[in-house]
Amino acid sequence: MSEYKLSHLKELESESIHIIREVASEFENPVMLYSIGKDSSVMVRLAEKAFAPGKVPFPLMHIDSKWKFREMIEFRDKYAKEYGWNLIVEYNKEAFEAGVGPFTHGSKVHTDLMKTQALLSALDKYKFDAAFGGARRDEEKSRAKERIYSFRDRFHQWDPKNQRPELWDIYNGRIHKGESIRVFPLSNWTELDIWQYIRLENIPIVPLYFAKERPVVNIDGQLIMPDDDRLPEKYRDKIEMKKIRFRTLGCWPLTGAIESDADTIEKIVEEMMTTTKSERTTRVIDFDQEASMEQKKREGYF
Amino acid sequence: MQKKLNISEFLDQDEKKDLLRLLTAGSVDDGKSTLIGRLLFDSKKLYEDQLDALERDSKRLGNAGDSIDYALLLDGLKAEREQGITIDVAYRYFSTNKRKFIIADTPGHEQYTRNMITGGSTASLAIILVDARSGVITQTRRHTYLVSLLGIKHVVLAVNKMDLVDYSRDVFDKIVADYMDFVKPLDVPDVTPVPLSALKGDNVVNKSENTPWYKGKALLDFLETVEVANDYNFEDFRFPVQYVLRPNLDFRGFAGKMASGIVRKGDEVMALPSMKRSRVKGIHVYEGELDEAFPPQSITITLEDEIDVSRGEMLVHPNNLPEIERSFEAMLVWMDEQPMDLDKQFFIKQTTNFTRVRIDGIKYKVDVNTMEQSRVERLVLNEIGRVIFTSSKPLFFDSYKRNKSCGSFIIIDPITNNTSAVGMIIGKADASDLVSEITSADKEKMRKGVSLVPAHEWEKQYEQKGHVVLVTGTDNREYGYTLQRRLADIGKIVLLLDNGVLGIGKGEELAEICKAAAEQGLIVICISEDISELLQGKLDAARLSRVVAQSKNIYSSVEEMIQKL
Repeated sequence: MSEYKLSHLKELESESIHIIREVASEFENPVMLYSIGKDSSVMVRLAEKAFAPGKVPFPLMHIDSKWKFREMIEFRDKYAKEYGWNLIVEYNKEAFEAGVGPFTHGSKVHTDLMKTQALLSALDKYKFDAAFGGARRDEEKSRAKERIYSFRDRFHQWDPKNQRPELWDIYNGRIHKGESIRVFPLSNWTELDIWQYIRLENIPIVPLYFAKERPVVNIDGQLIMPDDDRLPEKYRDKIEMKKIRFRTLGCWPLTGAIESDADTIEKIVEEMMTTTKSERTTRVIDFDQEASMEQKKREGYF
Repeated sequence: MQKKLNISEFLDQDEKKDLLRLLTAGSVDDGKSTLIGRLLFDSKKLYEDQLDALERDSKRLGNAGDSIDYALLLDGLKAEREQGITIDVAYRYFSTNKRKFIIADTPGHEQYTRNMITGGSTASLAIILVDARSGVITQTRRHTYLVSLLGIKHVVLAVNKMDLVDYSRDVFDKIVADYMDFVKPLDVPDVTPVPLSALKGDNVVNKSENTPWYKGKALLDFLETVEVANDYNFEDFRFPVQYVLRPNLDFRGFAGKMASGIVRKGDEVMALPSMKRSRVKGIHVYEGELDEAFPPQSITITLEDEIDVSRGEMLVHPNNLPEIERSFEAMLVWMDEQPMDLDKQFFIKQTTNFTRVRIDGIKYKVDVNTMEQSRVERLVLNEIGRVIFTSSKPLFFDSYKRNKSCGSFIIIDPITNNTSAVGMIIGKADASDLVSEITSADKEKMRKGVSLVPAHEWEKQYEQKGHVVLVTGTDNREYGYTLQRRLADIGKIVLLLDNGVLGIGKGEELAEICKAAAEQGLIVICISEDISELLQGKLDAARLSRVVAQSKNIYSSVEEMIQKL
């Protein structure tokens, strides 16, 4: 019987496809949240697989903080067009016009207004009852206990003490009006699984993941790549060229690069397996306060 | 890593490794978190900066002196850190070059049976921790019972803290003998005892020199090699249809995950419940077509004939059918803070089927510590019992023991939407347990003239509370009819009883009618003489309003009443 055995990647793939189809069947108005990162790229491919040869029956939504790398935005538009995704882009217009940004308002305020609040009002605007996110349980401690179907109340809040039991592959998608579910089809994937799958499946990702000579400036120990003219004056003469890449992608002032020669997936994996830092250390927002991710999740951020 | 790897070769090989999901069970003191921490740490999958954070945290919160507190790596949520205990299921991931592992880490306290059942539902192996100094205790029995209930076929009996009993073979042998004795009547086919010290690292990753008498494998070595793929049912083809794909007129595919068995192109299949037959035209995945499929693959099946199949239905081989029944028996674990309510109709989700279900009765409750059976009226949080159910449409199932995917279900509370209970099907219910669809409790209610539909169910359905508005006074008609009009406008369900028209002679009869209607969830507007004394004897004060209608302020008074209702 041993020939009837799936590899770990195929088993994870099947589990994720099952989750995505389940949500499409049981919810009236689901949406897939798209961060343009590598995990999102895998999640999007899994959705395409789940409904092939048909098209995915729900839209893709990107919450634009207006501080994303330009290459991310180019990649997003090109990818969505090629597949024929229905792409929704939303941002916090009011905060943007008020000039909110990480340099002027700090990472905490910026993240809250441009990411969390923008996401919540977009979810309310379209009345989505289920939202897929690409979070993995191995990313961060508070995520290790999150369900695959994560219940959110009318205010999009997560209560870690009051989670529904989740057994086998039977998901409880029952909600009252106004409530919603965040769905994490990649819950059981690790960073290494993601890279292996991208390699195996030839999934396109934003080129910023691969090492290249790029301009950077050292801000509080993080290598920041100035991506537009909003870099404050005081840093402008400190820009230097370095061979760098990004392990995660987000707002450019909040995403530190690492010096690296890894310009292929193989080299990235090799670097990752011998590296001494986990991927979230280059994300400035997690360091705001202890248990900060848990706090953000309670408030409605993923 | 000692040997320099060619990364491409490494990845090619690594992509092929399989996945083992396991459960760990033990109490706070058994050193479970330390064991998991060590498995993760020693398999070199903890990145260095996570360890930096760990050392920082240990100084403030740790309780393992100056050495690293592995347990702190695992306790994620703030509140738990403060209490110093793990209170929910946490999933941990690590890899070796042979396997990827997912550990469901669950707590050992009795009140958290719920979490252990949750964590164990997807596991194919359980590590049960025992403190070498205390041996097999009540908790060990409880964990083992739950593991057997979940149908987990492989158990590692991890006898931990061997360093504290001088690595004594006698102590170990005694614990193993006690355990084997106890596990015999339970259905756990494969038990592997390992002497360990999680703190010192003995027999966790490497075989220890401290236990030369132990001939088995170190824990990690065992986990890497234990054969679990055959735990799937490859015999009974069951394909619960999850989603119907109709991208164009030429393609109608049934998408789903293989629950069990094997299906091949060309196989004759039958759709349930219609019993219509066809043949498999194609097995589709994103990459193309497959010749055969097996669990747990997610696939899309196309059929030769245009037969109508939708979500919740099932494709099977015509010579191998599941049970197709409305009534069945199951072992049920109650997961809700609210106790079981036998009057309630619940929802059931089993495979992709979703329907209503009622609880016909509880055969017995099982004490998780002693495994003794007793008769109970209902189950409360963390209790387990053998329960008989009837669903409003037939379900397609196998016994959980034979086929986990088609024998498991969840019960959902229709009001809170909570997952109130989870069940493992034993089989169809005996006819003798189903004398009628009406329970003895129901009969008793009928005898007393009490409705089988409780008041709260009406409230939920009508979104209103049953109420009697008694309208007397000179302008009682004007008031009553206006109120009815206004209540109807806002979607309320109203019964107007105008005694001037009905002419029910005695107030007693009218009062009885008012009471019956209010108990069935209606808002009753009773226009009559003053029968308030009679009504007060029959209804709660909260369900009764009295109005003396006078022409002056009828409209404002009607609005006030609407607010009240």
